[in-house]
Amino acid sequence: MKPPPFEYHAPTTVEEAYALLGSLEDAKVLAGGQSLIPLLNFRLARPQHLVDINRIADLDRIYERDGGVAVQALARQAAVEDSELAARICPLLSAAVGLVAHRVIRNRGTVCGSLAHADAASELPAVLLALGGSVVVRSSRGERTIPAGQLFAGVFETTLAPDEMIVEAWFPALREPFAILEESRRHGDFALAGVVRAGPKLALFGVAPTPVLADPRDPARELQPSGDLEATPEFRMHLVRVLTERAFAA
Amino acid sequence: MKVNGVNHPSPADARRLLSDHLRHELGLTGTHVGCEHGVCGCCTVLLDGAPVRSCLMLAVQAEGHDVTTIEGLARDDQALHPVQQAFHECHGLQCGFCTPGFVMSVVGLLAQHPSPSPQQIDEGIAGNLCRCTGYASIRRAVQRAAELSPSPHRGEGRGEGET
Repeated sequence: MKPPPFEYHAPTTVEEAYALLGSLEDAKVLAGGQSLIPLLNFRLARPQHLVDINRIADLDRIYERDGGVAVQALARQAAVEDSELAARICPLLSAAVGLVAHRVIRNRGTVCGSLAHADAASELPAVLLALGGSVVVRSSRGERTIPAGQLFAGVFETTLAPDEMIVEAWFPALREPFAILEESRRHGDFALAGVVRAGPKLALFGVAPTPVLADPRDPARELQPSGDLEATPEFRMHLVRVLTERAFAA
Repeated sequence: MKVNGVNHPSPADARRLLSDHLRHELGLTGTHVGCEHGVCGCCTVLLDGAPVRSCLMLAVQAEGHDVTTIEGLARDDQALHPVQQAFHECHGLQCGFCTPGFVMSVVGLLAQHPSPSPQQIDEGIAGNLCRCTGYASIRRAVQRAAELSPSPHRGEGRGEGET
């Protein structure tokens, strides 16, 4: 299990990075690598080019913007977990990021990378969706903002164009009650099912090809989760109902 | 790339994982390789002082950074690192395969929480798998390591017996 051959690029500016993405065929952005490198090791991903953005300076800030928290592309999950700013403005984000894998993984993994990877069973895409946040993406064609509701297109799929990269995620402030609850077979593993409450809003993860918004009064309606060795579709629906009830009981 | 304080030339091949580079190129076989997808924790090393999985990093990414492996914690002629000493005292290992990863994770845990609560200990070692000990002795070893470690919260000048 070793990465397949690829050509390695290590740009030092964002402009250089998106110029590479725009000119290369079949290129992938490498940020924290905590999802991408396992995929390479398993040979489940075979990009021809890796654009490693870790050499770009000043892309790891966590700062206040438009009343919310902006998290740049190289801000590690551990830094967001420890951020007093994030805890003050958006405590849901702080709580959620602490559930991502393990601390050693979070030391390297990035928030924007989790969003770009778009694993339907992961926490941060659902948090962005429940909060109504957005991402800022850049390419040689310019900059645009994609609202969370338009970002996730399918299993491990976003609406980013091949030449675009996420430079920042934005999580709105939340002062209303919140909760993030999940059930997994092993601590730190991907959730069989999970729920995010942001005030009156509810987002589910692990039960559809993308994170989905749901009605807190009937959260499993229209859900068709998949079944596998770890959980049947019925069990996942059951988890959604129970976790939603708990999330809104507080 | 600096490994255990010594400068080394750049890796020749970009697809070489840091774990393999440490073992095959530098001969530092104390870093163990278990699952190679970030689940088992055996390959944990310190990158600029923070524990990371060396199997989830390309060696070229460590260029310009400081890597510390288990071999770098205590030199051959020196006393064991407090975390190593604690694992030794508390029998926090049996076969020893997972031990380098545990020790490096615990070094990181104690840097973050010098006096960890039982829950913080469980959180801190949750990313490392051990198939022998059942974890009870490892938990004790973490507590003991916290006692043995000079801590800013307790004051470095004080004797160890006071904790």
